[in-house]
Amino acid sequence: MQCQICNKNEATIHLTEIADGVRTEMHLCEICAHEQGIAVKTNIPINELLSNLLAVQPADDQLSGRLDKSLSCPHCGFTLDQFRKEALLGCPYDYEVFEKALLPLIEKAHNGKTTHCGKFPSRVPQDAKKQIELLSLRQQLEAAVQSEDYELAARLRDKISAIEKREGVC
Amino acid sequence: MKLTDLSNDINEWFNGSGPLADIVISSRIRLARNLASHKFLSRCSNAEKFDILKKLKDILMSLDLGDKVFYIGVDKAPVLDRHLLVERHLISRNHAFGKGPRGAVIAQHEFFTAMINEEDHLRLQVLKGGCQLSQCAGQISRIDDMIEEKVEFAFSPRYGYLTACPTNLGTAIRASVMLHLPALKMTGQIEKFFNAARDMNLAIRGLFGEGTEAASDLYQLSNQVTLGISESAVVTEFENAIIPEIVEYENAARNQLLSKQPDVLDDKISRAMALLQNARLISSQEALFLLSHLRLGVNMHKHMGASTPAIKRLCSLKDNCDADEHSELSIATINRLFMLTLPAHLQLNYGKPLDPTHRDALRAQIIRSALGQES
Repeated sequence: MQCQICNKNEATIHLTEIADGVRTEMHLCEICAHEQGIAVKTNIPINELLSNLLAVQPADDQLSGRLDKSLSCPHCGFTLDQFRKEALLGCPYDYEVFEKALLPLIEKAHNGKTTHCGKFPSRVPQDAKKQIELLSLRQQLEAAVQSEDYELAARLRDKISAIEKREGVC
Repeated sequence: MKLTDLSNDINEWFNGSGPLADIVISSRIRLARNLASHKFLSRCSNAEKFDILKKLKDILMSLDLGDKVFYIGVDKAPVLDRHLLVERHLISRNHAFGKGPRGAVIAQHEFFTAMINEEDHLRLQVLKGGCQLSQCAGQISRIDDMIEEKVEFAFSPRYGYLTACPTNLGTAIRASVMLHLPALKMTGQIEKFFNAARDMNLAIRGLFGEGTEAASDLYQLSNQVTLGISESAVVTEFENAIIPEIVEYENAARNQLLSKQPDVLDDKISRAMALLQNARLISSQEALFLLSHLRLGVNMHKHMGASTPAIKRLCSLKDNCDADEHSELSIATINRLFMLTLPAHLQLNYGKPLDPTHRDALRAQIIRSALGQES
């Protein structure tokens, strides 16, 4: 699509303005956008994206009625309102306290993933590691069933049973 | 150890060495960590931040990294020193001009930096020249283990390493490469590359430029997803899938220039040589822009055997920075000119602050003399 101003360059910047219910679109190339005084960032900081997502959340969120808006972290006093402003959390416990609100954000930021499957610090107790391995295997099993890879699903199911028997987990 | 010990030469990762260094200038791995026993920084008082700083500084300074380490109190350092550290990629701009007690522990050979109290309590970084992400990852993981012997990190079995911003959760690893892509730019394909990077969930930004421009044709490419993927998977994807494709595209564009537009190529290189050898005043932006073309020319000669008239002339320039009298212009020299003529480097090496016009004159003089011209 060509730039609407110079009709020469390819339009790489697409602006949509909605005012008084009327929607106007403009398609510009970088040079003309710059000349028009339009600042363009190729990378919107993820922080900003997150704040925007969280700001939109309560209206769309089916759980919003159940989310306690006055919820604050007992360890650091942090509230969701503060997160909306700064996009940074107050303390490690916030991940537990605000889990319901944070989970959709985490999913969006990490391509749908919400479980850690990388390095563990050496201090983490062994049984916690096993729990997480089981969690991860169950997620993989679900994915295999969904994609109809039943051979893989069977192998995963056997692996899970073996660990559960070994660990005495019901 | 003084900063002027660093500012007089280029960093080792920038001397043109390493695999695929004609396109992949450097590789970097960064890990974010927070202490379990403290709040995240946004809720810490200055007194708490100072406690964290002292604790982590003592641990880091006692590590055996096979290299001398020195500490810089970033909050107390002179402004020009902070700019120097940013120019050398040792600390982020956010850290240099942030708030509250904060510091950096830096290895003398600059392959390792630890920022204390940036966005998280601790941000570790390992940098190497060329495409060496696995080597960086291995080294940083060992350093991470050494620190973890002395302190407990905030960690959840479900969400991994806990960070101040949820976008860094999980492995909290940021793998990035610095790429030189002048041919993709010259052949009008750089936007396609930007879009492809975003489609792959990678963050791409121009370095040393303003806004969307990368005056130096240098770009940083990094992963964005840190949760639900292992550290080794992040690195492997970069090294085995992403980088080979980018290198192929840039090489194809370089070949395209050579075979279909050698005049365009020669013109760019000739103009760069003419200006760099003769200008009396040259801004940082202009120097980066022109040096990028020299780097392209030298690399095309070295890696593709290109010998257009302009490239031949370029490569027969005497390298006045090299002790060997007969040596041809090297990548190390081009990169040295790049780094040492950045504003903070220029002024720290000169010994005092300079206004822009004097900086532009000094920069031009340093470049002319390095490229074999009379001062």
